[in-house]
Amino acid sequence: MSDEEDTQDIILNDEQKIDIAKWFLLNSPPGEIQYVAKDLKSVLNDENVYRLAALEAFPIYNKSHFVCLQLPNRSGDVLISSYSEISEDEYLDPRTAQVGKVDHVRQICTGMRPARDEELPSHYVEEYRCALDAEMSKYVGEAYPKGVFSVYCTSGKDAEESVSDFELVVVITATRHSPQNFCNGSWCSIWNIEFKDELQTVEVRGKIQVTAHYFEEGNVQLDAKHECRDSTIYQSPDDSAISLMNIISHHEAEYLTSLQASYSNLPDSTFKELRRKLPVTRTLFPWHNTMQFSLTRDLTKELGIGK
Amino acid sequence: MEGAMGLMRRMPPKHTQTALSALLSLLPDHSADLLSQIDQPLQVLCDEDSGKEFILCEYNRDADSYRSPWSNKFHPHLEDGMYPSEELRKLEVEANEVFTVYRDQYYEGGISSVYLWEEDDNEGFVACFLIKKDGSKYAHGKRGYLHEGGWEAIHVIQVGPDEEGMAHYCLTSTIMLSLTTDSDTSGTFNLSGSIRRQMKAELSVEDGHLCNMGKMIEELEGKLRNQLDQVYFGKTKEMVCTLRPPSELLPMTLPDSRNP
Repeated sequence: MSDEEDTQDIILNDEQKIDIAKWFLLNSPPGEIQYVAKDLKSVLNDENVYRLAALEAFPIYNKSHFVCLQLPNRSGDVLISSYSEISEDEYLDPRTAQVGKVDHVRQICTGMRPARDEELPSHYVEEYRCALDAEMSKYVGEAYPKGVFSVYCTSGKDAEESVSDFELVVVITATRHSPQNFCNGSWCSIWNIEFKDELQTVEVRGKIQVTAHYFEEGNVQLDAKHECRDSTIYQSPDDSAISLMNIISHHEAEYLTSLQASYSNLPDSTFKELRRKLPVTRTLFPWHNTMQFSLTRDLTKELGIGK
Repeated sequence: MEGAMGLMRRMPPKHTQTALSALLSLLPDHSADLLSQIDQPLQVLCDEDSGKEFILCEYNRDADSYRSPWSNKFHPHLEDGMYPSEELRKLEVEANEVFTVYRDQYYEGGISSVYLWEEDDNEGFVACFLIKKDGSKYAHGKRGYLHEGGWEAIHVIQVGPDEEGMAHYCLTSTIMLSLTTDSDTSGTFNLSGSIRRQMKAELSVEDGHLCNMGKMIEELEGKLRNQLDQVYFGKTKEMVCTLRPPSELLPMTLPDSRNP
């Protein structure tokens, strides 16, 4: 090994340190940002740099991981996402029509207020949203032991019967943190549902992401992603809700089946491609008698055979 | 250092190199510790003299050059680089030859390199056995199962001085494994990471150091292979099934038959 590293002469300025700190925070696996923050603080050893990085990184992390926070009086949950964002620290719970005030870095709700009329969709859209919320509630409750979900209106929230193009988004998340078993994981699916008046159709686009992190004497991460599309016809709120819930549950069940198929095929094929259980000779390697390899090699060389 | 190692346990394995360079720039005083304790993805260089490829790591590096186990020369060329003693170099040559056969028999392809160097504080020495195998369908994956698949093994073994015919061996093995499959119907599926285990033994030097080291490596590599199977395909699957139990029989109407 070489002697002392030519230690980097470049001294980082605070801005560069903040960028690096943000990178670490944003790359935290689901549910682990507070642990990363703790280690990062000790590495940085600079409270101010940490604070500035955290102020920028936490809101982005909370939104992209759909962190779920309980409203102060436990009347509902707020999912932090770009769909529920009213302002940087205010997020809507469409089910209870309340807005939670969020402390991003502490990941808690510090206050709440009723949503204002202009923050909610029109009566026409709300009927669809509410019907889908009710159907989804049955499905999520049964399919995910610790699932939470929300149904948002993301565009055309003022739609009426005459001009009735609008979009709903369903976000479903299920997380599991068991640090005592050195294992965490999350399932997250996002369903964009576009109601198109002209064609009388409803277009559905789904994105599912599943992650798992195992970190006992190692660091192993699963990252699985899938996208799909489907469509149905524009019906009454209740009928639409039923067919949409069926579409979602069908695709999610299908994806889970394909994940399980991967798990049953992969171990065998992976190890076959990478390392055998026993050598091609089907006996353990003859470490006691390795002279033969060097000798045969010398012999081949001398006789001029081989390549 | 503790915080740095904590961060490395959590960052996505595919970003190991970025995370390491970030830590090196934040903690320049700990660069030697960081570089020796954090395993990086193995790089390969071609030895111009022998035409054979060799693996780069901290243990064959001097300044910005790497010593090839085949020609014993530094690439790129380096004036007064650090070399092992003549005696140790002899063992290194033999170890490389034998390990090539071992690697072929277990891996059916891939690249291997072995490096030896003297320990400063005692009469013993340290050896590093490296294997890199690309099992993707574009490289050495004979069967074409994996879109991307890499196996990298780093075995570092400390050998104590010979005391009355016995020597103490301490082996630390790390295996980095990553695999990806990709399909239109089931999306992308990636598992990547590393696990590390240790094994110690007090062995008679009668059979030679190479024989002792080889047996230990073979045994621990076999154990790690089983553990990779359990962790990669067991633990993460268990997690997926906790998030969404597979056997749900939902009392619901079947979806209408729809065209994709």
